[in-house]
Amino acid sequence: MKKYLEGSWAIAQAAKLCKPGVISAYPITPQTHIVEHLAKFVADGEINAQSINVESEHSAASVVLGSEATGVRSFTATSSQGLLLMGEVVFNIAGMRLPIMMVCANRAVSAPINIWNDQQDSISLRDSGWIQFYAENNQEAIDLIIAGYKIGENPKIMLPVMVCVDGFILTHGMETVDMPDAKTVDKFLPPYNPPFKLDINNPLSFGLLGDPTVYTETRYALHKTLEDVIKEVGRVGAEFKSSFGRDSVCLVEGYKLEDAQIALVAMGSVCGTIKDVIDAEREKGAKVGLLKIVTYRPFPGEAIKKALKNIPYIGVIDKDISLGSAGALYTELSAAFNATDKKISGFVAGLGGRDITIDTIKGIIESTKKEVNPCKFVDLKPELLWEEFKVT
Amino acid sequence: MGQEKKHIQEHCFVSGHTACSGCGQSMGARLVADVAGKNTMVTNATGCLEVFSTKAPETSWGVPWIHSLFENAAAVASGVEAGLRHLGQIDKIRVIAQGGDGGTADIGLQALSGMLERGHDVLYVCYDNGAYMNTGIQRSGLTPFDANTTTSPPGKKSTGNPTGKKPLAEICAAHHIPYAATASVAFAADVQRKVKKALDIRGPKFIQIHVPCPLGWRSNPALTIEIAKLAVQTGLYPLIEYENAQLTKVFKVTQPKPVEEYLKLQGRFRHLLKNPEELKRVQAVADKNIDFYKLKG
Repeated sequence: MKKYLEGSWAIAQAAKLCKPGVISAYPITPQTHIVEHLAKFVADGEINAQSINVESEHSAASVVLGSEATGVRSFTATSSQGLLLMGEVVFNIAGMRLPIMMVCANRAVSAPINIWNDQQDSISLRDSGWIQFYAENNQEAIDLIIAGYKIGENPKIMLPVMVCVDGFILTHGMETVDMPDAKTVDKFLPPYNPPFKLDINNPLSFGLLGDPTVYTETRYALHKTLEDVIKEVGRVGAEFKSSFGRDSVCLVEGYKLEDAQIALVAMGSVCGTIKDVIDAEREKGAKVGLLKIVTYRPFPGEAIKKALKNIPYIGVIDKDISLGSAGALYTELSAAFNATDKKISGFVAGLGGRDITIDTIKGIIESTKKEVNPCKFVDLKPELLWEEFKVT
Repeated sequence: MGQEKKHIQEHCFVSGHTACSGCGQSMGARLVADVAGKNTMVTNATGCLEVFSTKAPETSWGVPWIHSLFENAAAVASGVEAGLRHLGQIDKIRVIAQGGDGGTADIGLQALSGMLERGHDVLYVCYDNGAYMNTGIQRSGLTPFDANTTTSPPGKKSTGNPTGKKPLAEICAAHHIPYAATASVAFAADVQRKVKKALDIRGPKFIQIHVPCPLGWRSNPALTIEIAKLAVQTGLYPLIEYENAQLTKVFKVTQPKPVEEYLKLQGRFRHLLKNPEELKRVQAVADKNIDFYKLKG
């Protein structure tokens, strides 16, 4: 049913539809509304779950680790510093193959402390072994939560899933969404039934010491399984479409790429702005398109190469930066193309909540056509920079 | 039935692990696991016990057992308990979280406090050997006064660890949990009585067990029990029980022995033996315990 909802409310509803048995989180802006809504659902008896209010994000992640290990579907959400504090547990959860669902309300990382949106937090944990999806809008956030559980809980996958939603822009934004009905979700997402769990009738040990004789193989298995998720996203995406009628569960989404000479590549809510700019630019005759990355981990290198095959100019927009190198999406996309004759530029934009405006996007398109830059910060304010850092 | 098979069937924590000879922690873990029995789930902090009992692909545990990280055994146990509560199994399964003194009193204290404050039905067991033994005998918040560790070495300007043990049992008791106690591996029946008592109570419980570490204490592995006994008999390790924040029971030491008898058996205190002033200061720690807990009766 179509409803006009706040993003956090929609996300909480989607989590509720997945019937987690344990929810644990620690408050951090801009994630708070999500867990407040879930706490109210539990308080009102609308959802049969244990809601555990912990003393830190480290413990929030540890609680869902423990509950998931008992075979109970679990849910958590965080942002920014909270995700970094969880970081140790985040890696551990993936290594222990526990398909927990986490919503990351993307927010900048301190210092300076900043509560507004960019994607540095989740990007910083891209190497943890989690599946990472980036939602353009709240509809996608809902869909990726429901499908994410199904993908992660596949006994052949058994990996945790992070659904990344731009903080404030999506979490606090009002949008019309088509909220799936409970019956269809139940049919699509069966109860969680892991192949291994803590069980007194089959007392197994979890989290063993892996010395040099076995460690490499466990990491290899994790890596190969993540690669298998590429196919699984396609399979579950098709199933999702037949159940709910939407294409939202995918690796990448192309927008007006067919005859494009310039393609922008981006993740998350900025894709909406980019689509508007593309529509306007095309009316003026510019052959420009967008490749939206929905699945960032595993990295869909082949799908990206296929989608951008005939496009000579590529501008990658990152709301993050690997300081001292370049934006994460730019470096990985460049590596996927492995020194072809394409002109690939990387742009760092929208850090700490600075708006990526229509003019920002236009500037990126112009720059992509004109010159190759691996790491160009856009919309820099020269008056705030020391003389030697000023861009000419 | 072969002896080995019988052993494995009878115990929840079995031999074959790689603990050092004379390891007090392995003895403590056996005492706890045997009282807890098969209907138990264990979460374990990183540390000696985890490393020596579960090197892949082997395990010494006959109950469901999970290790995640150093500081989160209490939080993982909270999650296991929440999962069992959701499944409607919490009334028939006991949850035990366990860790060493560093993993409990230092890096894991926040998670432990959270677990106690939220009222989870979990027994937390801290095996206290008074230092970070797994990483090579570094000082922890439970290292005793004047002990020589690799990060509290005696020297021209130091007599060893400058501070006394953090009052961990009191910190736990201050959460007004139903039960918090200390125990010693030298008094096996007392350990098992306390574990049984704790497991019969619903809600959060805490037990700290003194477990000598021959490697870290530089003591004779054959004297593990003897040394642990002396820690109690000198008053340096009072065995106490708190119920709902009230001190309800102490293990009497009617004729306390001088601390020197305990110290002289351990290399970590050897530097004190020719230093009468420092010996007096260690004796003062014992005397304070004897007085405060009325150990003499």
